[in-house]
Amino acid sequence: MTEAGLIPLTRSVPSAVFHPECFRLANGMEVVVVTNRRAPAVAHYVWYRVGCADSPPGKSGLPHFLEHLMFKGTKNVPPGEFSKIVARNGGNDNAFTSWDFTAYFQTIASDRLELVMSLEADRMANLDLSDEHVYPERDVILEERKQRIDNEPQALLGEAVQAAQFLHHPYRLPIIGWLHEIASYTREDAVDFYERWYAPNNAILIVVGDVDADTLRPLAERHYGPLPPRAVPPRRRVQEPPQRAARRVELADPRVRQPQLVRSYLAPSQHADPEGHSAGLEVLTELFGGGTTSRLYRSLVVEQALAAAAGAGYQPWSLDPTSLRLYATPRPGVPVDRLEAALDAEIAKLLDGGVSEDELERTKGRMLAEAVYARDSLGGVARLFGTALTTGLGIEAVEGWPQRIASVDRAAVEAAARAVFVRAHSVTGRLLPLETGSDG
Amino acid sequence: MADRPRPFFPRVEEVVSPKGIRAYLVTERSVPFLTLALHFRAGAVLDPPDRCGLATMVAGLLDEGAGPYDSQAFRRELEDNAIRLTFDADLDGFTGTLKTLTATRDHAFDLLRLALLEPRFDPEPIERIRSQIQAELRRRESDPDYVSARAWYARAFDGHGYGRPVRGTLETIARIRREDLVGFARERLARADLAIGVAGDIGPEELAVLLDRTFGGLPERSAPVEPPPTEPRLGDTVLVPMPIPQSVVTFGRKGIARNDPDYYAATIANYILGGGGFSSRLMQEVREKRGLAYSVYTYLADVRLAPLWLGAVATSNERVARSIALVREEVARLAEGEIDDRELADAKTYLTGSFPLRLATNDQLARMLLGMMVHGLGRDYLERRNELVSAVGPEDLRRVCRRLYAGPLLVAVAGRPEGLE
Repeated sequence: MTEAGLIPLTRSVPSAVFHPECFRLANGMEVVVVTNRRAPAVAHYVWYRVGCADSPPGKSGLPHFLEHLMFKGTKNVPPGEFSKIVARNGGNDNAFTSWDFTAYFQTIASDRLELVMSLEADRMANLDLSDEHVYPERDVILEERKQRIDNEPQALLGEAVQAAQFLHHPYRLPIIGWLHEIASYTREDAVDFYERWYAPNNAILIVVGDVDADTLRPLAERHYGPLPPRAVPPRRRVQEPPQRAARRVELADPRVRQPQLVRSYLAPSQHADPEGHSAGLEVLTELFGGGTTSRLYRSLVVEQALAAAAGAGYQPWSLDPTSLRLYATPRPGVPVDRLEAALDAEIAKLLDGGVSEDELERTKGRMLAEAVYARDSLGGVARLFGTALTTGLGIEAVEGWPQRIASVDRAAVEAAARAVFVRAHSVTGRLLPLETGSDG
Repeated sequence: MADRPRPFFPRVEEVVSPKGIRAYLVTERSVPFLTLALHFRAGAVLDPPDRCGLATMVAGLLDEGAGPYDSQAFRRELEDNAIRLTFDADLDGFTGTLKTLTATRDHAFDLLRLALLEPRFDPEPIERIRSQIQAELRRRESDPDYVSARAWYARAFDGHGYGRPVRGTLETIARIRREDLVGFARERLARADLAIGVAGDIGPEELAVLLDRTFGGLPERSAPVEPPPTEPRLGDTVLVPMPIPQSVVTFGRKGIARNDPDYYAATIANYILGGGGFSSRLMQEVREKRGLAYSVYTYLADVRLAPLWLGAVATSNERVARSIALVREEVARLAEGEIDDRELADAKTYLTGSFPLRLATNDQLARMLLGMMVHGLGRDYLERRNELVSAVGPEDLRRVCRRLYAGPLLVAVAGRPEGLE
């Protein structure tokens, strides 16, 4: 059993992963194709370089509202018909919005690719909104907000931590928007936003599956090519001032039965990374809080038995500086204060003692091995490229990821930890049952 | 308008090992890994009432130490080698998934064998996993989706195993002792109840060897416990008060057995009513026309002894009564057979055209192959399935709609609904 040991993955790190073909249409629209012939199917995605961090003042979440309205008809396709046409052709479709991007996709048999391209190109230029479809959809968004956020104490805490972490930058806004601002959206708000940001030169077409660039290029030129480019404003967002004071938020709610502790730190993204810490942070996050053999889990959950769960999360693909989050769920009878002290002790131990060569190599080997699984998906691959390309990066961020991780050494991890785990840059969030008060 | 997309179905092999372990296999060499999905008929319905949640707790512990490896050593073998091994339990089944790179395949199967045959159930992981299940249960107490679904099942199957919570309660989880866990692993996981689906970088001969080595040591038969057949009790509206702005409504009726000849007609009926996303009638009436909800959907639940048709809608407290009334109207309209030919045709082109999209990854395929074996659909099911859907005619559909949708619903609401009778 033991002879299997560790796979020596770091010895032969691939210099490319998905081998995309890329080109640009004359109107500025970028195109990425990843061929995967396993099934006669394609994932067809169009991404726009605009997200909820680009919401107009007082209209938080408007980009997400527009995402919903993109299904409400054009001069050529009646309201609500888009998804039905896709379904009648055996396809699935949907859309999603984040702080930095808005994306629309269909998964469908490859012989129906041209159909969905024509539909998607049509709504990029010809959206035709009427009040009778806009305002019921605003009610749908209010219901979506209640379902995702207001009905869930944990989501309310997450929203409060995010808003506290970003004092000024629009990452402070919930993606779905604040309730009272959703209620203020008008048809004109949505149309203005659409006309400002939705243009081929601000869009990226990503197709993964049973197709190659030679086949796709003429189709892309036929359907997306004729759309005229427009001047699109640069995404200039207000930036965070230096954080000088640690912040604390506490949500005590009569619904809560299970307390929760969250610790967030300001962190560089791969795009906004003046000191070059983001690769070290990716490895640090996995080493410190990924899975059940990480330091946090081992110490807080297994050895000290203070927590039922503990871990860390960090997504480096973000246009502007982002955050790294740690979390822990206390076991019954364990005060949240005590759990927080143990979390801080684990951070102090990391900062004082550094990391070992052995745990670093194990962590990197695991991350690189896991990446093989990503190749077995159409939509997942499209999402990797789309996220990279809408957060200021290029395709080399995806293709070069194994090399980037392999190159991280102990010094890089330790420097990243010192740069990010600064108490003054943190937000601590606590979710508590109302009756037990603030001592947890 | 749309003719059917060209068919595509991976070749399924039935592998039978020398010791008689059966698996459905799709060999796919394009990426160097495989996914294996397994199912024992050893789900929560068999848990002793005062130990309900036992299957879930065993599922949480099989990958927490086995053979020579204590919990942390076992977890390191998995994580350092990027081997993903998980177990879970639902009402009928005790399920597992193994995902491994080709380079670590033998080691991965060995860890699976140890997990099934030599689980350690050491004291530390027992208390840790107990605390995790209880933390999850406490979290779910404030999750209206869970509370509403739980209330539905508890009323529908009062007094039967299907009415008890799969993950147990704080009390029953607290009561489970080491000997309960050991007993479960020894008595309930048996070869006669085992179904396996495998997809990925492995051939039939290689798999046959690993099947014997991994599962050959299991007992032939499990302790014979068969829960009594049952039917959901319908007609009531159950309310669980919760201080939240939006109520969650679970509704449902009797469904249809997976091996019933009308199963595909029922699939089409469900698609038209609430299974078809934006194409469904409920989505049109509740969300698109009136903005009453963000999500409203229905599905057929293949519960073995009591198949169900279930749905849910989440809607603001003051709009709950209206949403439920709309659901009832649409159910009644379908029960009377109000379906036009276009709806039937659209449902068929979606259900047949999208079927290959559900077979595009190793994970999806392994799950599909497992379902084929669990439900006795046969090795050639992938090739036959779209014909079964296409063969449904308007009269089949009307017959099944009367059967499924005529009669009372059971409704469970979590929240503070207004004006609910």
